[in-house]
Amino acid sequence: MDLPIFALLAQDGITNGAVYALLALSLVLVFAVTRVIFVPSGEFVAYGTLTLAGLQLGKPPATVGLLVGMGVVAGAMEIFACVRNGEAGRIPRRVAAWTGIPCVLAGIGWWLATPELPFWAQILVTLMLVTPLGPLLYRIAYQPLAEASVLVLLIVSVAVHFALTGLGLWFFGAEGSRTPAFSASSFEVAGVNVSVQSLLVVLTSLALIVMLYVGFGYTLYGKALRATALNRVGARLVGIPPNLAGSLTFALAALLCSFAGVLIGPFTTVYYDSGFLVSLKGFVGAIIGGLVSYPLAAAGALLVGLLEAFASYWASAFKEVIVFTLIIPVLLWRSLATHHHEDDE
Amino acid sequence: MVNRKSCAAFAGALALIATAAYADINVGVTLSATGPAASLGIPEKNTFELLPTTIGGQKVNWIVLDDGSDTTKAVTNTKKLISEDKVDVIVGSTITPNSLAMVDVVADAETPMISMAASARIVDPANPKTKWVFKTPQSDSLMADAIAISMKANGVKTMGFIGFADGYGDGWLAEMRRSAQTAGIKIVGEEKYNRTDTSVTGQVLKLVAANPDAILIAAAGTPGATPQKELAARNYKGKIYQTHGVANPDFLRVVGKDGNGTILPIGPMLVFEQLPDSNPLKKSAAEYINKYEAKYGKDSRSTFGGHAWDAYLLLSAAIPEALKKAKPGTKEFRLALRDSLEATKELVASHGVYTMSAAEHKGLDNRARTMIKIENGKWVLAK
Repeated sequence: MDLPIFALLAQDGITNGAVYALLALSLVLVFAVTRVIFVPSGEFVAYGTLTLAGLQLGKPPATVGLLVGMGVVAGAMEIFACVRNGEAGRIPRRVAAWTGIPCVLAGIGWWLATPELPFWAQILVTLMLVTPLGPLLYRIAYQPLAEASVLVLLIVSVAVHFALTGLGLWFFGAEGSRTPAFSASSFEVAGVNVSVQSLLVVLTSLALIVMLYVGFGYTLYGKALRATALNRVGARLVGIPPNLAGSLTFALAALLCSFAGVLIGPFTTVYYDSGFLVSLKGFVGAIIGGLVSYPLAAAGALLVGLLEAFASYWASAFKEVIVFTLIIPVLLWRSLATHHHEDDE
Repeated sequence: MVNRKSCAAFAGALALIATAAYADINVGVTLSATGPAASLGIPEKNTFELLPTTIGGQKVNWIVLDDGSDTTKAVTNTKKLISEDKVDVIVGSTITPNSLAMVDVVADAETPMISMAASARIVDPANPKTKWVFKTPQSDSLMADAIAISMKANGVKTMGFIGFADGYGDGWLAEMRRSAQTAGIKIVGEEKYNRTDTSVTGQVLKLVAANPDAILIAAAGTPGATPQKELAARNYKGKIYQTHGVANPDFLRVVGKDGNGTILPIGPMLVFEQLPDSNPLKKSAAEYINKYEAKYGKDSRSTFGGHAWDAYLLLSAAIPEALKKAKPGTKEFRLALRDSLEATKELVASHGVYTMSAAEHKGLDNRARTMIKIENGKWVLAK
């Protein structure tokens, strides 16, 4: 192996690692606040790419229908909950929030989806359409069971993953799509070719990670989310509604994942079921961070990306085996190094 | 007395209804309309919706089940079709692993089966159970030979290989090693990747470093575009070959301009308009494709649907013969159907011309393949 090949592989690994880092962060985020292992994160990645690819064709993407459908289901659940709790007066406001807003966003997406739409606006529309699916999903699948044990929530997650994969096949079809690169140019640093596309991916991932850090450290909502993560009951006592915290977390996670989808679109063909493997690799990264530490999770994801790139060069037939075997020494080390607390459930 | 009489009449009527239902021909279909092979299974499923409901004056029920590209599910479907629906013949499944697993089940139940999957192993004559099994698609070996012949004609001395890390890729690698050796071509690199990989940079860098005259990508559907685009990004200048697994419009859409100049072997039906009028396949392929595109839109054709159509053509030729010997729904009918499938001679279908025999359950010959090239997003018959 000579230097240019090494540099190209490293670049490839870091680029993929940056995408996995976004997934790892969203997994840590969701787990910390809601104790949900966010298995369906990969589906949001696939939805992100496929929505953008749909907009590229100048047609309203299938996500519009999904958004309206989930909005209607969430609205119906709200009406049912209000009637059961004898709070019929709250129905109009709740329905406006849970059905009205998704429908309006879907309408905007529908209206904007023309071939003339510039590329940056297509990305914004994609994020606008996919992000609300996060809170809607939380409302439909997780909120009714928010107090359940981690295991129950994990089982729900697996079910949601299969449901979303099926919906993906229904809405986007079996075939995959690619999106064009943000930039096709490249430049040379010390004899090594660096593509602007890879640089953009790494920089935007980094920017998002910094934004998360700042958002969590210094804003009121960020602090509220952290408080919920530390102590749900305590947060509730000081007036933080846990449902709001859950919805907000899922919105953030959906935003991160759909952005990851936008970023990987130019590198690979994405299918309705591609997301799962991407999210598994993000999960390996998150496990390295013990599902609590953001910087460790990001570093772990980067390690996964690099390992994958070099493994695919040396032993492509065993690439996945090598990547997923990484989790065993990490788990061993974690179980030996950390003091085990008995779970209170 | 009246009572007894009406009872007898009622029983007689019941018996009549029972025989009528009994006499229908039931064709059980299991295919992969969801899961990883969905892009192959969906056109097949669409094709079954086009099929007539009578063959040789006899009513035919097409019972179509989805196995989700899953081997266990394919076997469950097959058992269900045989024991509950009492089918006379099984068609399916879409992919090789599923079809291989179904062979034992149909052989035990003495029910003929027509697979729509590629590998020649499904009908391996060395396995006595394959007495009941036939298949419609061109096998890997037929297509690998075509690639080796084309490479030799283009002056290729060394080749690289990158394929799926699954049965499809492995099957192709084995066939290509054999064909390349026969043609005197050296394989200088063998790489694997997964359908859902986000990057194949590592594998492609290694292949390009070996600098082969040509590279064969063994993949099915749009994932075949991933290495191809990476090869273009690495400025690979040699010839790129694909397999017939990528021949659908979505591949052209995804690969875009990086697909120009790619060569692949294919069933002639895909480019039937470009065939000379003397080719008997032109008419039969046109019949199927016109029917398909009338229902599912212009340029919606896919070669995979053709495999389902050919299974129907085999049946529509064999069933009238079998009907002469036995009634549908009986063991004798299934045996007669198997025998008449094996007796198929020079049946012109959409992909090729089938001639079966006891030692040959694939039935296709060189007429079932042709080399095509991608030029500006179109399939063009290679000269």
